[in-house]
Amino acid sequence: MDPELIKDCVHCGFCLPTCPTYVLWGEEMDSPRGRIHLMAQHNEGVPMSPEMAGHFDACLGCMACVTACPSGVQYDRLIEHTRPVVEREHTREPRDRAVRALVFALFPYPRRLRLVKPFTRLNRRLAPFLERVHPTLGALAELTPPRSRTRPLPALVRARGRRRARVGLLTGCVQGAFFPDVNRATARVLALEGCDVVIPRGQGCCGALSLHSGYDARTFAKKTIATFEKAGVDTVVVNAAGCGSSMKDYADVLADDPDWRLRASRLKVRDLAEYLVELGPVAERHPLPLTVAYHDACHLAHAQGVRAQPRELLGEIPDLKVREISESAICCGSAGTYNLFQPAPARELGERKAVRVEETGADLLVSANPGCTMQITTAMRRLGRPPIPVAHTAQVLDASLRGLGTVR
Amino acid sequence: MTVFDRLEAIFPPDRVITDPVRLRTYECDGLTYHRATPMVVVLPETAAEVAAVVKACAEFGVPFVARGSGTGLSGGALPRSDGVLIVTSRMRRILSVDLDRRQAVVEPGVTNLAITEAVRDQGYYYAPDPSSQQICSIGGNVAENSGGAHCLKYGFTVNHVQALEIVTPDGEIVEISEDDFGYDLLGAFVGSEGTLGIATKITVRLMRAPEAVTTLLAAFETIEAGGQAVSSIVGAGILPAAIEMMDALAIEAAEAAVSCGYPADAGAVLIVELDGPTPDVESQLAEVIAICVATGSFEQRVAASAEERAKIWKGRKSAFAAVGRISPAYIVQDGVVPRTCLGEVLAGIDALQTEFGIRVANVFHAGDGNLHPLVLFDDTAPGEGERAEVVSGRILDLCILHGGSITGEHGVGVDKARYMPRMFTDADLDTMQRVRCAFDPGGRSNPGKVFPTPRLCGEVPRVRKGSPGEIF
Ligand SMILES: Cc1cc2nc3c(=O)[nH]c(=O)nc-3n(C[C@H](O)[C@H](O)[C@H](O)COP(=O)(O)OP(=O)(O)OC[C@H]3O[C@@H](n4cnc5c(N)ncnc54)[C@H](O)[C@@H]3O)c2cc1C
Ligand code: SF4
Ligand code: SF4
Repeated sequence: MDPELIKDCVHCGFCLPTCPTYVLWGEEMDSPRGRIHLMAQHNEGVPMSPEMAGHFDACLGCMACVTACPSGVQYDRLIEHTRPVVEREHTREPRDRAVRALVFALFPYPRRLRLVKPFTRLNRRLAPFLERVHPTLGALAELTPPRSRTRPLPALVRARGRRRARVGLLTGCVQGAFFPDVNRATARVLALEGCDVVIPRGQGCCGALSLHSGYDARTFAKKTIATFEKAGVDTVVVNAAGCGSSMKDYADVLADDPDWRLRASRLKVRDLAEYLVELGPVAERHPLPLTVAYHDACHLAHAQGVRAQPRELLGEIPDLKVREISESAICCGSAGTYNLFQPAPARELGERKAVRVEETGADLLVSANPGCTMQITTAMRRLGRPPIPVAHTAQVLDASLRGLGTVR
Repeated sequence: MTVFDRLEAIFPPDRVITDPVRLRTYECDGLTYHRATPMVVVLPETAAEVAAVVKACAEFGVPFVARGSGTGLSGGALPRSDGVLIVTSRMRRILSVDLDRRQAVVEPGVTNLAITEAVRDQGYYYAPDPSSQQICSIGGNVAENSGGAHCLKYGFTVNHVQALEIVTPDGEIVEISEDDFGYDLLGAFVGSEGTLGIATKITVRLMRAPEAVTTLLAAFETIEAGGQAVSSIVGAGILPAAIEMMDALAIEAAEAAVSCGYPADAGAVLIVELDGPTPDVESQLAEVIAICVATGSFEQRVAASAEERAKIWKGRKSAFAAVGRISPAYIVQDGVVPRTCLGEVLAGIDALQTEFGIRVANVFHAGDGNLHPLVLFDDTAPGEGERAEVVSGRILDLCILHGGSITGEHGVGVDKARYMPRMFTDADLDTMQRVRCAFDPGGRSNPGKVFPTPRLCGEVPRVRKGSPGEIF
């Protein structure tokens, strides 16, 4: 943990009110300021006690503190450097270790994820039982969405009209396995806006889950870079917030290998909304008479600073009204693997968010991250609230561009 | 039986903190210069729990310190290594809002901004607005009598608190209110920096949001010209909601932090906010712009939308923490000078910068002469920290010399206790201590703060005649 980065913190506390764990517990050591203080203590030689590790584990990595900090503290880098130290120096309970191993053997591998899908319906019924075995298993079962059909995407989707660009599309593990429609919508929107969309086969995990949990993400990063290099694209469009934020960090992840660092920095990574706004609209927007609530995914709003663009894109659709969700800066508790490893606070945050979403009275929730979508819909189900349909920004745009008049 | 046993009987285990690593995260407030690890931290959720802890402290003769959000800048919430730190961050419920009576009753851990957010949609707000309003607690505001940019027109915390429920240093729950007959106990408690007990319930006044608000950003080549504009505005009989000034260094920091878009080549910017009925605001704005131009302002921007207004304020409100971007370390000073002496004092600060080779960024509530010089230094460069300390102290001397005060709104705390004798005579200090002893004869409530030499209340204070000559 770099003492120089720690020194940027002037202890002003401005980050506290947007930190989800501080909002829940009101304790200094579960706030960004407190966690930075713990990092400083560790640097001074205080060992990684189970208590200290617990406070780092409880951090969602939502990066709301980065947005809030006037002093420019790079908490994102600090926590990314801290997580591997926790893994090295802190011995978890055997049960926890087994469950972590299971999750990391499953999630980053799209093919394995597809294999478990047929069981997800069963999983949900088993949830109470699994919960007793280990809270993570219960959360896992509860969160997995029901099956949907997957048809593989073509390797190339050609631009409609004048070709303006050629981009690669990351399909993502969770996005690809559970929300294949989102990838299809993304490809269509890009094509309608004049992009040739290259979708390399055999894409693996981008490494986001590992990176955000303190595991080595370098192999995933290299493989992803190589895949897109081979496909001959220099811009990769990503529609999952978590994947986008980790891919934008590749140069940092591969920092100790100059060759790979260079290759990483050559690859331009853009969130879909960010890219579409940069490109500027050409395709006609057809009206969608809808009121939508836009949810800021942390890995988009805080980690990538993409807040205005999705709102702008949605706002351009005729007849569509965008409502703000109060406390929008506060994480829904999904946060990558957080809802699996810290199910209790994740649940509380999910329910808090579900209530705020409901308060907007919107017809549709727009969420640009598969994790958030699963988290919020699960929370609504648990609270026994009438379910709100959820769509990705790409799906809403797709519906407007194709003149579908309304989204399911 | 120890105080620990008692605390464990009062609280569930997760609300008593004894782990040394956790305890250390509470070792300082916003002033990191002073540190002490508390003996134990407790997180009460009700007034009854606060009273029970304070009673336990009385029984075992243990000192206690209240802490809100730990954003204080004078070390007021510095813990005692032999004492209990009572943190109010879980007492954050807004208990009631009564718009007809224009008041809200809140717990001490509620943040200043949360009160405004709760009533904004109905067209109301809570007026005192410290720059730290997004996180500082209302309990901390009461203890420090905090102010903010808009206190020029609307007054400080003390003008907006109508009643308090407090836990006295012997653990009694008592209500004090502005409607009480007799001594103004409420006035004594507000600004007492945690030395008279702990506020557990606060009744605040809500204000109707003004019909019109307009914010002007005026850029000047020099800070003197900006100061001249301030004097002329006030001299013309205009009472803006706020007049804030920042110098070039502070502008640079704010720009680096939040890209507020202030004119880059300005030696000073003035933020003037006017509010009230629309016609008044419009005519006053024209007058203020004319004054700024006459005193040499080369650029004036009027915020055209709420977003633009927020952006102008963001630069100002982030200024303290933003200085972290241009300097490894800094001291936020807080002093007051009569507005008419602003120019002289600033020239004096300038001379100190040259004499000690230390940079000072200036941010201030220009309307009421409350200066916040930010003394910048590199804590890794040998001797620089000490020199910064000297400069910081000399600035306070300048304030006193010009008939001002050693604190405007950040309080005395532990940091400025040593300056108290420069401003007050022994007789003054003895009188203040007597008030304190009336509330806290055992000296357990935040001991070691405010007063330079703690005195046991049994001791009869020496009564001496003080003359201003002795102060310097
Ligand atoms: C970046 C920054 C900007 C700031 N800007 C301003 C500003 O513009 N104006 C301004 O006035 N201040 C400002 N401050 C200072 C600070 O925010 C205020 O003093 C604030 O009121 C402190 O609130 P807190 O909850 O953080 O209190 P703490 O720091 O936790 O405590 C402050 C004092 O209050 C006592 N206390 C806390 N709660 C209670 C209670 N319930 N009952 C009795 N005593 C209690 C403590 O013992 C301590 O003495 C700023 C601070 C920072 C870091
Ligand atoms: S990343 Fe999120 S959870 Fe972690 S400290 Fe920052 S705000 Fe809190
Ligand atoms: S806002 Fe930034 S500087 Fe302030 S306490 Fe949080 S991390 Fe530190």
